[in-house]
Amino acid sequence: MTALRAILIRDMRIALRVGGGALMGVLFFLVVVTMVPFALGPDLVLLKRIGPAILWLAALLASLLALDRLFAADHEDGSLDLILTGRMPLELVILVKGLAQWLTTGLPLIVAAPLIGLLLNLDAPAEGALVLTFLAGTPALTFIGLIGAAIAVALRRGGLLLAVIVLPLTVPVLIFGVAAANAAVAGPVPFGTPFSVLCALSLASLVVGPFAAAAALRQEME
Amino acid sequence: MRLSAIDLACRRGGRDVFAGISFSVASGELLAVTGRNGAGKSSLLRTLVGLVGAAGGSLKLEGSDPELTIAEQAHYLGHLDALKPALTVGENLQFWAGFLGAGAVALGPVLKAVGLSTLVDLPAAYLSAGQRRRLAIARLLAVKRPIWLLDEPTSSLDVAALGRLTEFMREHLAGGGLIVAATHGALGLEQTQELRLGDAA
Repeated sequence: MTALRAILIRDMRIALRVGGGALMGVLFFLVVVTMVPFALGPDLVLLKRIGPAILWLAALLASLLALDRLFAADHEDGSLDLILTGRMPLELVILVKGLAQWLTTGLPLIVAAPLIGLLLNLDAPAEGALVLTFLAGTPALTFIGLIGAAIAVALRRGGLLLAVIVLPLTVPVLIFGVAAANAAVAGPVPFGTPFSVLCALSLASLVVGPFAAAAALRQEME
Repeated sequence: MRLSAIDLACRRGGRDVFAGISFSVASGELLAVTGRNGAGKSSLLRTLVGLVGAAGGSLKLEGSDPELTIAEQAHYLGHLDALKPALTVGENLQFWAGFLGAGAVALGPVLKAVGLSTLVDLPAAYLSAGQRRRLAIARLLAVKRPIWLLDEPTSSLDVAALGRLTEFMREHLAGGGLIVAATHGALGLEQTQELRLGDAA
């Protein structure tokens, strides 16, 4: 337990320090979303209709940003060697690293989403639904991303490969995330159906992500 | 406790790095692994700790807890110091002490022993190469493990730090530990067995 707590504290500290991933992700999210009204023009009806989709896309891209350093940094400074040979099962270590990653990059997006929703002319119920879908869906983005981060660990331009591997895998999350947010605003599908699928995707990735990432890391370190 | 290898072989990237390596080290003994660059000293240490699978031969550890692997009873000090530049000296050491399972360790005496006690709150990014090496060595002192696997432990160390390291190693051996060290220079310890790699190649 001490080992897992040590990992959690270390990763969160690094992310929150200057140059860490936490602030980067949320700033990127804000910038991308802010650019949309400039590109589309002041069509309030249109913005309201596509708002949830824009926010979900921006969150997806923002969550990719910090991922490529997740294992690569540990690999470059030699920490990964010690983690791989440690007493703690690698899957658990990766689960905790994923948790730290979500707390520092996923959670800030959830906090920022209602503020930035105003720019896209979203009203209160829509924003509430959006925050709820973010809460249920962003863990899936992080934990699916772990797999890509583990595969790209030893590559010099890993960030690019990471996007190519991870983005297709996140398509279901995107579909059901946006569907749930839209359903809450406009109908005709009830909110509960896509929202349950979104929760299921997050829970499944919570299990599959660490195992797949651990397998990839072990394979690569040979 | 006795760590022995019989006919150990290693292949990396489709190339035979070494083959037919046999040795036996007991508690209180130091095995110095020497050889030219590329002879496989680092690969041998990585094989011992399990980061690289052995292509042949066998490794055996006798007289210890059979539940634990070699890596779980060993400290591996590689080329890289495993430090995070964004964290302070104290935070780096505290992390490894926590991760390697020591629980709450008084870090003060350990940092004093490696001569970094005045730099506890300095981010590791500002350390010199030798100071980084000393901080990495501090990990071995903070958490007690019977086997030390050291890859060029003396690199970047100045004369004073080298003397300290020799002292740490002597104490470790006196306390019943065993050490396998890849090295170019003399380590200044008496009870040394030497394993030369790569002469045949």
